[in-house]
Amino acid sequence: MKDFMFVFRSEPSLLADRSPEELQANMQRWMDWIGGIAAQGKLIDRGNRLGFEGKVVGPTQVITDGPFIEIKESIGGYTMVKAESLEEAAEMAKGCPILNIGGNVEVRPIDTM
Amino acid sequence: MENQELIPHLFRTEYRKITSVLSKAFGLQHIEIAQDIASDTFLLASEIWGIKGAPDNPVAWLYTVARNKARDYLRRDKLFKDKISAGIMYSSETTEEIEIDLSDQNIADSQLQMMFAISHPSIPIEAQIGLSLTILCGFGINEIAAAFLTNKENITKRLYRAREKLREHGVKMEFPGADEVDSRLEAVMRTLYLLFNEGYYAAGRDVTLRRDVCLEAMWLTRLLTENPGTDKPPVSALLALMCFHASRFEARTNLQGETVLYEDQDDKLWDAELIVHGEYYLNRSSIGHQLSKYHLEAAIGYWHTIKSDTPEKWQRILQYYNHLLIIEYSPIAALNRTYALSKANGKPEAIREAEKLNLADNHLYHSLLGELYTGIDNVRAVSHFQTALSIAKSKADQAVISKKIAKLGIS
Repeated sequence: MKDFMFVFRSEPSLLADRSPEELQANMQRWMDWIGGIAAQGKLIDRGNRLGFEGKVVGPTQVITDGPFIEIKESIGGYTMVKAESLEEAAEMAKGCPILNIGGNVEVRPIDTM
Repeated sequence: MENQELIPHLFRTEYRKITSVLSKAFGLQHIEIAQDIASDTFLLASEIWGIKGAPDNPVAWLYTVARNKARDYLRRDKLFKDKISAGIMYSSETTEEIEIDLSDQNIADSQLQMMFAISHPSIPIEAQIGLSLTILCGFGINEIAAAFLTNKENITKRLYRAREKLREHGVKMEFPGADEVDSRLEAVMRTLYLLFNEGYYAAGRDVTLRRDVCLEAMWLTRLLTENPGTDKPPVSALLALMCFHASRFEARTNLQGETVLYEDQDDKLWDAELIVHGEYYLNRSSIGHQLSKYHLEAAIGYWHTIKSDTPEKWQRILQYYNHLLIIEYSPIAALNRTYALSKANGKPEAIREAEKLNLADNHLYHSLLGELYTGIDNVRAVSHFQTALSIAKSKADQAVISKKIAKLGIS
């Protein structure tokens, strides 16, 4: 088994206008998905969700507001899992609810060396 | 109470108190002597009460005799005296004056300290269960062997090794310091949780005995809630979940001694009083910020006390199982979560999830798939039940599975 990180990306505005009921349903879908991974004994760390605000410190120590404001996909959070292969990990990511709202999941092996 | 009932009853309640107090006075390395003195006290009671009838205050009688026996022992056994006199708090006085403190306060403290000692992280979990059953619950070797379908020799060996471990690691009877009380309490809760489960799920057929194991585990957990130092929200949650499970004790076995599955149980046989107790402790557990696995299991237990199948019930149970698995994976939680998923979101989704579980060597996994395929693909359902039947070890499990196969009517 190897360790992998799921990096979730989506457009922040997509969730902004949802009703509380939709948010509740969305949360339940996330829990069902993560719970399904945990039920296989393959969840390492459910990770964290990131706030949308942010700063970027550039090479000349210039601090700017995050560039993600302009781009469509900002990193919304991460989760760590284990799987036999990158293919299997990618297969697990298929159930992620972020895909339903036009986001994506980047699957990357964690280099433990 | 007649003598026949009186002594077993007192043995269950007082043996642990005498053993704990004496172990504390002598030092835990001399626990066998404490156990012997406690046993001798009851032997004497059975002889004398048998002839003269029980005294007016049997408990006080037992304490007096135990105290005298302890003093006699110290006086007689020079070697023992020399060995422990250095360690004992009354070293400057003569052994005749050793105070065996059988006050309520010291009894309660000694029992709690014994719980911490037995659940010490250096003691293997199997040994913890064995020690808990003898010392804290007052079960005899025969009873333990019967409850766990093993022989006396195995249990005796297991207990001997367990006491050796206590000595090897120099475990003491004391309250853990403030810096480690949470982790040590965690270990105590784990032991009590497993103790309860041993009673609830043990393979032995003696239902009364198994129920007694559960009741003892609950009694010990309540002891933790009665001391301010150990009365933490997860302890109340643990007690709540025990109450909810125990409420179904009557309903889960029929008159023939066969297991009755949850959905087939007569909810009129559920113990309403225990459910109320469970709710009380569940409310009591919901302070603070910590959400322990006991909280989640108690919440799952609570929803199981509501018989009717509403969408809300199974959705809630599913979410609690999701949380539980995120905190700590276990095969049984994974299987139960998948069952809840089938109730909340339908069988096809649950089948897809079940097939990812990778638990093919577990008979409950095949029973679950058999259940999920029932009504969708009965041939596959039977095939899974047959696999389950071939793996299941206990007669009770085999009987349940055979019934399922017979119901499907194909073979």
